[in-house]
Amino acid sequence: MKKEPFKEKDDRLRRTRLYIPGNHPAMIQNAEIYGADSLIFDLEDSIPLTEKDTARILVRNAIQALNFGRSEVTVRINGINTPFLEKDLEAIVPTKPDGLLLPKAETEEDILFLHERITELEKKHGLPVGKIRIMPIIETALGVVNVEKIVAAPRIAAVGIGGEDLTADIGAIRTPDGRELEYISSKIIVACAAYHIQAIDTVFADINDQEGLFQATKRAISRGFQGKSVIHPSQIEVVHRAFMPSEEEIEKAKRIVKAYRESLKKGLGAVSVDGRMIDLPVVMRAERILKRAKAWKK
Amino acid sequence: MKFTANKIGRKIPEELFEKKLIPFQGKGKGPYKVRKYAPKIRMRRPGEQKILSSIREAIKAGELTDGGTISFHHHFRNGDFLLNMVCHEIAAMGLKDIRLVPSSIQGVHKEILPYLEKGIITEINCGTSSVIADAISHGKMERLLTIRSHGGRARSIENGDVEIDIAFIAAPTVDPYGNINGVRGKNACGSLGYAFPDAHFANYVVAVTNDLVPFPNNPISISQDHVDAVVKTDKPIGDPKGIVSTTLRITRDPKNLKIAHDCVEVIKASGLLKEGFSYQSGAGGTALATTNFLRDYMKSKNIKGSFGMGGATEALVRMLEDGLFEAILDVQTFDTYAVQSLLNNPRHIEIGASQYANPQTSGCAVNLLDTIILGGTEVDLNFNVNTSTESDGRIQWGMGGHQDTAEGAKLTIIAIPLLRGRIPIVVDNVVSVNTPGENVDVVVTERGIAVNPESAFYDTLLKAKHLNIKTIEELKRIAEDLAGGPPNQPKTTDRIVAIIEYRDGSVLDVIYQVAD
Repeated sequence: MKKEPFKEKDDRLRRTRLYIPGNHPAMIQNAEIYGADSLIFDLEDSIPLTEKDTARILVRNAIQALNFGRSEVTVRINGINTPFLEKDLEAIVPTKPDGLLLPKAETEEDILFLHERITELEKKHGLPVGKIRIMPIIETALGVVNVEKIVAAPRIAAVGIGGEDLTADIGAIRTPDGRELEYISSKIIVACAAYHIQAIDTVFADINDQEGLFQATKRAISRGFQGKSVIHPSQIEVVHRAFMPSEEEIEKAKRIVKAYRESLKKGLGAVSVDGRMIDLPVVMRAERILKRAKAWKK
Repeated sequence: MKFTANKIGRKIPEELFEKKLIPFQGKGKGPYKVRKYAPKIRMRRPGEQKILSSIREAIKAGELTDGGTISFHHHFRNGDFLLNMVCHEIAAMGLKDIRLVPSSIQGVHKEILPYLEKGIITEINCGTSSVIADAISHGKMERLLTIRSHGGRARSIENGDVEIDIAFIAAPTVDPYGNINGVRGKNACGSLGYAFPDAHFANYVVAVTNDLVPFPNNPISISQDHVDAVVKTDKPIGDPKGIVSTTLRITRDPKNLKIAHDCVEVIKASGLLKEGFSYQSGAGGTALATTNFLRDYMKSKNIKGSFGMGGATEALVRMLEDGLFEAILDVQTFDTYAVQSLLNNPRHIEIGASQYANPQTSGCAVNLLDTIILGGTEVDLNFNVNTSTESDGRIQWGMGGHQDTAEGAKLTIIAIPLLRGRIPIVVDNVVSVNTPGENVDVVVTERGIAVNPESAFYDTLLKAKHLNIKTIEELKRIAEDLAGGPPNQPKTTDRIVAIIEYRDGSVLDVIYQVAD
């Protein structure tokens, strides 16, 4: 089957996505050492209007000059209907980030507009077309309604949730266990899974409550989220620990992957482990478990 | 002035202020004297009292004259009022040209600045910080600052390099016959270890207290046979809030947490973290984090260490209480939890500065350390460490037990950020050397770990693939890439304002007056 450049599967680990204000040079400079799977240099909500230009220039220069090690480099640009979007794209796309986060993504048209604009800039600057991924953040009820079309759009690698804005938009009240977002989370997770895209859970705002963060992350994992956004480096280790599979899970995953690979070699149609038939989604989940285990050891 | 290069290539004058200087020749050299110093014999006959009515009376009783030497401990840290009180009294009495030998000078001692400028205090022997350090850097003291380690100070007092005329001991509690402890009273500070050499070798010893207790005081840290006079004053000799902390904070800075985490990984990779392990902790945020990480690991693996050494903090005491160490040896106590532990737990043992770190004894405690984690203001390509001056040449800190533990411990780790602000911490040559590179095994920064090629652990640590090992040159390059270049060279005059002694009495380096 011919590979479509904008629809390549992306199975990169994104257990943690760390927000770093784009006007905070010390945090930007130290971003490499925090150990997050993904870095989000923010030009949007954490930046006052009077510092939009400053943040844009700082982030642009930082991505060009600094090495962020193994962390994915992404930028949360300003929203589609803001006066800052165009300048953000012109400054940031040439730096070849791994991805751009689009806040308040509501429609397929939002994504297509962004996709076309990125493509134009990639061509203009002689960059390989299609490498920069789009990572929408669903923060409104309309975005939830349209998520199935959003995830089918080009370049989509991961979809995040803006819990605070969403809760406000649907008129709900935030609760410690996040039950007000259960339906929304499930809808987004299912849509993402259908297109092999990662769903990323919303932030946990209390940076002093590490046990609460751990439990919230465990709940997110059991629902099907592949990662969690974090707002402080101290949250990274906690989230990674929550994603760490148990020894039992690791052993079982090893057996599943081994059995699957052997069945491929032998050309066997069906494979079973511990008396249960194993099919592709189970194998993919097992591979994910082993990937998380390996990342924890690092 | 004639200069000679010492073993680490620093140029040392042959003589300063009529004193011949011995250039540093490498660790393990010396002693340069044969016998210990003997103070005057003092007697108290039956029925004689020791209580004096004032500090002035004590100064007179101790026969302090112009050119004399007085000493203090710094167990009250930035809550110490006694040093200032005594200096005010000395000035009021018209004395001058006094040599001050406290175990450290802190920010609270800025009140004595005018006495430096007026020639009342003309020489200081100890690590200094803050206003006094800055004044000395700018040439405001007539004679030299001599920076010594804790072990070096003990050595200098015990071998007579420094003869103390009067030792003033801020006593949290003392009885009328002079038995002192540091674990009771409103000014409780825990161990009085730094005062032990003063008490044992000074020519006159005065205990000054707000808390006079009935005889016999119990427990006894410094005993009556060393104490000549007791002054009870209602003027506070210390501020409890500055003496000990109720809670020392572990760092939350992710950069420093990473450094702390990597320090423990280095210790694990060294093979030293096993039954019988010994460790000294500091009290800074990163040091506390390291201690806590170590504690979690030792508990998870059921490792029982032999001893921990302080700076005793709650973090270290909890390791003792968890059964992770047999005992704590405590030369300095940092928080109220540790003070209570020293009072109540027989396995928490007070030790003096000489037992702690004097190299010219029949064996000091630092010799038994498996590992120590230390800081610094700079490190250079030869692994020399600067703890006293900033990159602009100003004196800002002492060195505590840095030199002592670095030489004594099997594995010496320097844990520092690669940059402070925009200033690289790894440089070609440090501004001044407090600890020579031959005593440093590893430098741990947030961006990589450098192992000294001369270290006995070099091969072992390089085999540990999970460690982010870089050469010291690479670390320097990374720092300079981030900062935009090396730090500017300090601008100095050719007047020497301070010498840095090695713990054996030889001279490691000199510090020049900064040029404004």
